[in-house]
Amino acid sequence: MIRKGFAEHIKELEKEVTALGEMVIAAINRSIEALKARNIAQSKQIIKDDALINKKRWDIEEKCINLIATQQPVASDLREIVAVLCVVSQLERMGDYAEGIGKIVILYGDEPPVKPLVDIPRMAEKAVSMLARSLDAFIKRDAQAALAICNEDDEVDLLHEQVYRELLSYMIEDPKTITRATYLIWVSHNLERIADRVTNICERIIFLVTGTMTEVNVSRY
Amino acid sequence: MEFVRKIETVGLNLYYGDFQALKNINMRIPGRNITAIVGPSGCGKSTLLRCFNRMNDLIEHTKVEGKIVIDELNILEPDTDLISLRRKIGMVFQRPNVFDLSIYNNLKFGLRIHRMLDGKDEIIQAIQSGLEQVGLWQELKDKLGNNSRTLTLEQQQRLCIARVLILKPDIILLDEPCSALDPIATLRIEELLQALKQQYTIVIVTHNMQQAARASDYTGFMYLGELVEFGQTDQVFTNPKQELTENYISGHFG
Repeated sequence: MIRKGFAEHIKELEKEVTALGEMVIAAINRSIEALKARNIAQSKQIIKDDALINKKRWDIEEKCINLIATQQPVASDLREIVAVLCVVSQLERMGDYAEGIGKIVILYGDEPPVKPLVDIPRMAEKAVSMLARSLDAFIKRDAQAALAICNEDDEVDLLHEQVYRELLSYMIEDPKTITRATYLIWVSHNLERIADRVTNICERIIFLVTGTMTEVNVSRY
Repeated sequence: MEFVRKIETVGLNLYYGDFQALKNINMRIPGRNITAIVGPSGCGKSTLLRCFNRMNDLIEHTKVEGKIVIDELNILEPDTDLISLRRKIGMVFQRPNVFDLSIYNNLKFGLRIHRMLDGKDEIIQAIQSGLEQVGLWQELKDKLGNNSRTLTLEQQQRLCIARVLILKPDIILLDEPCSALDPIATLRIEELLQALKQQYTIVIVTHNMQQAARASDYTGFMYLGELVEFGQTDQVFTNPKQELTENYISGHFG
């Protein structure tokens, strides 16, 4: 096989992307756990750990830059590296959304709940599942799976709309809930954004496989 | 930079008559890595490479000053045994310079000169090992009696590398080893060098910047006889310290 060394570099890069994805998934899951349990200490830890996600993203980016500078990749090799650059920036931003949820938990403090948390954990579960499968599709170069995941974004959007309307009605009913309900709307918004960024990853997978950049999912938000 | 220093030049100057081809070169080449030396034509890169096994001694009116320390010994000392130095530090050239002999005799040649092996079995074993290391054994094992000129240029260049390896060198110097080869053969030779660096210290002179970027761990950039910059290849090609290097590798001059 020609350019065995380069193929190894690419494999290594993919491993690192997967590792970054796992860090982000853990951050999202932990942020929702912290919200459910109102765990301030865990939230602080999530905020602190975001720096590790950021660092990993920059490390991967640096490797991509080195590969472009030294290996002169073309065609699918070049698309792969461009895709990795895009995917890691999406992942890093998702990490920021998880960190944002951690910050909201701290703001929320020990105020009484507006309502039991049902749809928000459901949104998180859906977004995390989409993210995990998109990373799998990335490694497997599965454009079809990527397309299917994009279409699931609507479910998260609908849940967000539902949460928003419901919380709005709580606020109208009792203005004392406005601050707390707004916090929850932020959480919902962050989760909606995460799912939206999964679709960006999926679009990159399609680009990687087909060489054509298409916007598959136009988000409602 | 953390590495085992294999070759070190200290204040190295070289003159061809009145012309100073190398100016105060101070360079530390790490062991078991690939180091590329790049720079425009006439910058002194081949001259520097030839210093490492004292090939410049063969050119008249050459004067060398400074030190070249290889494994703690200054090889510029007059009592250096040049035969054993050149066995330890093999060289591969731009065009494959196979001898007009059979593949077998090409490989046996160096062994005979250096009186390294006597027994036929030992010789065959060494030849097999040499050809295996360069990935030629499978295709040539039944053709060892063929004239080596019948091989493709890439095979000939591989044979030249095998001829060096068979003498169990420490260091392999390559002067534009791929300039006569097509891009695919070039990539294959580069892959071979990657495999060989586990065991050998490799120094390659190339005018092909992409090759230096792809195939080396360390890069030295030379200009008008001076070593302008030396560093890890990743660093030199992404963030060179000297503006001159930046301008040259990005194609702004040269």
